[in-house]
Amino acid sequence: MFDFLDLDRYDLFGAFWTTVQLTVLSGIGSLIWGTILAAMRVSPVPIMRAFGTVYVHVFRNTPLTLIIVACSQLLAYTLGMTMWADFGTQSLSFRLAVLGFVLYTSTFVCEALRSGINTVPVGQAEAARALGLSFTQVLTLIVLPQAFRAVVAPLANVLIALTKNTTVAAAIGVAEAALLMRDMIEQEAQLVPIAILFAFGFIVLTLPTGLFLGWVAKRAAVKR
Amino acid sequence: MRLRKASALAASAAALVLTATACGGGGDDGITIGIKFDQPGLGLQNEEGDFVGFDVDVARYIAGELGYEEDEITFEEAPSPEREQLLDRGDVDMIVASYSITEEREEQVDFAGPYFVAHQDLLLRTDTEVPTPEAINDLTLCSVSGSTSAENVQRDFAPDANLQPFNTYSECLTGLENGTLDALTTDDSILAGYAAQEQHQGKFALAGLELSDEYYGVGLPKDSEDLEDVNDAIAQMVEDGTWEELVQEHFGPANYEADAAPEIGARP
Amino acid sequence: MSDLSVLYDAPGPRARRRNVLIAVVFLVVLAAGAGWVLSVLEDNGELDWDQWEPFFTNGNVWTTFILPGLQNTLIAAGLSMLIALPLGAALGIGRLSDHAWVRIPAGTVVEFFRAIPVLLLMLFANEAYAMWTDIDRDVRPLYAVVTGLVLYNASVLAEVVRAGVLALPRGQTDAAKAIGMRKGQIMLFVLLPQAVTAMLPAIVSQLVVIVKDTALGGAMLGYSELLDSVGLIDGNFANLLAAFTVIAVIFIVLNFLLTSFASWLEGRIRRGKRGTGAVLSTTVTDELDAAGDVPGPGGLAKT
Repeated sequence: MFDFLDLDRYDLFGAFWTTVQLTVLSGIGSLIWGTILAAMRVSPVPIMRAFGTVYVHVFRNTPLTLIIVACSQLLAYTLGMTMWADFGTQSLSFRLAVLGFVLYTSTFVCEALRSGINTVPVGQAEAARALGLSFTQVLTLIVLPQAFRAVVAPLANVLIALTKNTTVAAAIGVAEAALLMRDMIEQEAQLVPIAILFAFGFIVLTLPTGLFLGWVAKRAAVKR
Repeated sequence: MRLRKASALAASAAALVLTATACGGGGDDGITIGIKFDQPGLGLQNEEGDFVGFDVDVARYIAGELGYEEDEITFEEAPSPEREQLLDRGDVDMIVASYSITEEREEQVDFAGPYFVAHQDLLLRTDTEVPTPEAINDLTLCSVSGSTSAENVQRDFAPDANLQPFNTYSECLTGLENGTLDALTTDDSILAGYAAQEQHQGKFALAGLELSDEYYGVGLPKDSEDLEDVNDAIAQMVEDGTWEELVQEHFGPANYEADAAPEIGARP
Repeated sequence: MSDLSVLYDAPGPRARRRNVLIAVVFLVVLAAGAGWVLSVLEDNGELDWDQWEPFFTNGNVWTTFILPGLQNTLIAAGLSMLIALPLGAALGIGRLSDHAWVRIPAGTVVEFFRAIPVLLLMLFANEAYAMWTDIDRDVRPLYAVVTGLVLYNASVLAEVVRAGVLALPRGQTDAAKAIGMRKGQIMLFVLLPQAVTAMLPAIVSQLVVIVKDTALGGAMLGYSELLDSVGLIDGNFANLLAAFTVIAVIFIVLNFLLTSFASWLEGRIRRGKRGTGAVLSTTVTDELDAAGDVPGPGGLAKT
């Protein structure tokens, strides 16, 4: 059934390695930008709150494919923002894809964090303010550290969703698992066995991540 | 009150299912042909909902020769990755969708024809010079991911060129128009369709390099009984001049010189 | 305290000046960026009227391409929601069961379908229907898209339900037991009604995911949904960026309507019932101990 699998011709492990790289880099980026967005949405400056709200609504409600294609079509090939890579190279597509995933996934991180902030008792912030801490200090020293511990599980789910979403990067030609799959289907003309192979690959990637982070979530949660 | 809401919800759900099923239909007495819906010049759904293009007219001619009336033909969209499955499952009776004959595909499906020979080529902005075959290596190219054209570039004639793969050819045109890409590469028949689009008139030109031979066949299910009839229909189409007319009509505006009609049974 | 976050003090004159300054700088940067983008687009002719004209003056664009696509997207999304919600609830409750023979299969199903990309689920469904059923080929892509979406989203919703029930204070179960309710009754009359309020935001964001994911059916299965119509429009009018923009706006409006409706519904339910005030995260899908002890109505961040 799997005799089409010519590892010399199809770089299966390389493709899944690209998937892992996409996931890790986009995950880190989303965590950072999502935290900034969450901070904006609870900040004292109205215009930043407004920006955060509009941003989250727009990007969360747009299909990911559209965002990724827009990154490539609009940012790179129309506006000429190449992010220090040459046109038509893998590194350009890769960077654009990471950018697109960060833009999209950060909205989920932001919303998860916001509900995490909700789990921190009001008294914590009040006590911090009574000590004379500023907004930034209250947020970074008191509230966010507790909020993060409460949302490990939801963030783990965001990460798993992100892992699977990286397949969308195929739309702009990043040589990850989904692109190789499409390539193999086109060349070998055998849809089902190839799809099974890749489904298995994703199970191998996502199941252990989910189980491990579930364990971390239990340990990290603040017992109240 | 609660119950009434629930039954209303159930009724609307049922209505949804019914509308969904009602969209289907289509008897067994007609013929279903897989074509492209979004490829200008070859197979395109126009704003009136009609289908136009070279492949579409070829399909109509063949269906006519097989004894089907115009209104017995149903056109289905045949996305490239799904073509073999569509035939294998019997979803479509034949596929006329810039379907190149290859060895791997011939293991899965039967091909009638070929009815057309295309060559891989470059689409350039009109202000750029046609590169020598060696100079293609220095260009930034664009094509559709997973396509034979993309594979040919990397394996054969320009292994060092930068190649941006996209989902559709029209995505390549954005960069080509803005000067961020140097050339779009795929079959000249497809390129001619884009060059001839009204909005693109005068912007793009074909380079005229014959980088490969693509034999477009009519895809049929394995061991189809219609193979001979379709072959005869294609031969007939070439003989009575319809083929020439169609080529002129659909590829003429792009100043694209198509090869003469290929021999039935010719293989790369 | 109603319109003031507890995270910062009421701004005094200095803080207010600083906020205005930040706002101005922020706006200037934003406007400069937007201006630059628009000027480049203008230079490249992307803003030319003929790129956008078909959407405003040509009704055929809507009736031939966009509206049928929108209809297909709505049908697939609507059906998936209607099936996935009860199925997800059943799986979620099953996973909380005391019987291992219910809990373990439910858990396996949930974990398995959450681990595979939806697109692959759709492909498999399409093949399975073709091989073992005689569903008409015209509706098979719809069935496949709906099946893929249901399998994946029901698993995610199951986790939402489970987390929602687990997040309720233990006292609720204890009290229900004390008055002699049976397990099924506790779940149906005590836990679920309360959990639904807390779960609504998470459920809604999953429904939005369903709407967006219908777009996956277009490229691979030939299901002509909304995003698929971009290719058709561009094939006729050669206006890719304009077509993408219009379709993106439709998606955003569609999902915005969905979320607005949901928050209206949430408001109604909340007024009618006194829940615990707990709000689950929009992405909660695993047991979230902390969410159970949300400090009364009005945590730190105002929604």
